[in-house]
Amino acid sequence: MGLIKKIVTWGRTKSPWVLHFNTGACNACDIEIIAALTPRYDLERFGVLLKGSPRHADVLLCSGPVTRQIGDRLKRIYDQMPEPKFVVAVGTCACSGGVFKGCYNIESGIDQVLPVAAYIPGCPASPKAIIDAVVKLLKSLEES
Amino acid sequence: MPKKVRIPVGPQHPALKEPVSFSLELSGERILEATIRLGYNHRGIEKACEERSYIQDLYLLERICGICSHSHSTCFVQAVEEIAKLEVPKRGLYIRTLIAELERVHSHLLWLGVAGHEIGFDTLLMFTWNDREIVMDLLAETTGNRVNYGINSIGGVRRDITDEQIKKIMKAMDTLEERTKYYIKIATEETTIIQRLSGVGVLSHDDAVKLGAVGPTARASSVDRDVRRDDPYAAYGEIKFKVITDNHNDVYGRTIVRVLELMESYNIIRQLLQNIPAGPIAVKAPRKIPAGEALSRYEAPRGEDVHYVKSNGTENPERVKVRAPTLANIQAVAHMLKDRYLADMPIIIAAIDPCFSCTDRAITVKDLGQKSEGLMQWGDLRKYSIEWYKGKGIDFSNLKKI
Repeated sequence: MGLIKKIVTWGRTKSPWVLHFNTGACNACDIEIIAALTPRYDLERFGVLLKGSPRHADVLLCSGPVTRQIGDRLKRIYDQMPEPKFVVAVGTCACSGGVFKGCYNIESGIDQVLPVAAYIPGCPASPKAIIDAVVKLLKSLEES
Repeated sequence: MPKKVRIPVGPQHPALKEPVSFSLELSGERILEATIRLGYNHRGIEKACEERSYIQDLYLLERICGICSHSHSTCFVQAVEEIAKLEVPKRGLYIRTLIAELERVHSHLLWLGVAGHEIGFDTLLMFTWNDREIVMDLLAETTGNRVNYGINSIGGVRRDITDEQIKKIMKAMDTLEERTKYYIKIATEETTIIQRLSGVGVLSHDDAVKLGAVGPTARASSVDRDVRRDDPYAAYGEIKFKVITDNHNDVYGRTIVRVLELMESYNIIRQLLQNIPAGPIAVKAPRKIPAGEALSRYEAPRGEDVHYVKSNGTENPERVKVRAPTLANIQAVAHMLKDRYLADMPIIIAAIDPCFSCTDRAITVKDLGQKSEGLMQWGDLRKYSIEWYKGKGIDFSNLKKI
């Protein structure tokens, strides 16, 4: 591995900026994501910072089963993110549609629309699970 | 006359926590008109309820909204219990009320943090969310999950509460009360907060009544309305508490109402735990609910939540209708945004404590005879309903004026 590549990987794994996007979730996973970023769990100690714009983000945290209305918007947001980019599906709904599976207006999971890098199950995914997933994702980045 | 500019905000926007779209017409910095577009969160829950059994619906409806999940599930079971004529044991009702109040505490603390964030006071966000974890721990211990508690069952609750847990909750209430006193001090004495929030998002008393605002939004415009007192459900009939109102009519008033409601919630929780009766926590419910219909009201942290359930004697309900509090408040938001500065938009929207996952239940009324597809406008719908009822012999134009 060249020196420059090493520095780039170091930079990427030490400051993964995340964008949170609600794709039709019930808010439960969303408040748990925010809880993971606030003092008790403090995801920021891994360099994770919540960003407002997709153009600043490396990781897209999606919660919710992807409603038909939001599907196209989700793709557009993903397209606006710079490479390399990763999608994390937070919660059972985002993984598979969960309790809403079979509803007429949903697509049953983020992976129906976008490639997903990490799945976090749980209804809702607890902040501990979110931290675990983020750390695992960063580790896999370091190794690759 | 400056040029008019139209700015779209959402569905993904840093100021919004949920997908909703606002189209704002601006003249300079002032908002001339705000159009709200909902529906990004519409999942089709009401339809799905008809295809699932009552027990499954309970868990599905809990996931209408993760913040006020207990509100929706309680509101639903109350309606089902009314149809099935089930008498819930006292202890079950007390536990239900306890979880409801803990939920209100977590929701209001959450709101206080989000409101602080929207006005750039991120320290408040970190403070309140740290304190909120105390409530989350209590909820996790008493119900088994931090969010989406799943404590209700038709005919009572699923988990009993132990004496140890009661002691723990009592102790936590003292800590939270201490912290909340500090927040009340911040909200009522800190000049920056007062200046930032006063006169923002004004909703006069008459407008609040006219637009049908509910919950803290209405109570901050001195509309003295609270389902817990006006139409007591669960154990609220046996509890003494004050309904907090305020006459500031603005975001500042809404902040005061919410922080003072926190104090009332601690008071209610203490009373519940001191008077909790012994006995069973649930009665057995039949799988098939007899035919009938019921409407149930519930004071969620955001305002009045209404569920309508129609049963046809089978395992599945025939119709479930949800009117979430944010839907009642959303008209008030469009009104509050008018003539305000663009910079006030995030806090005005945040001030009603919006929950769009609750609200998004759109209906397209389609006339099969006509070729054109489209939404029926409110006026057309009204005209249609009047004509339709005239055909059934109900004509209000013939009524004598009283």
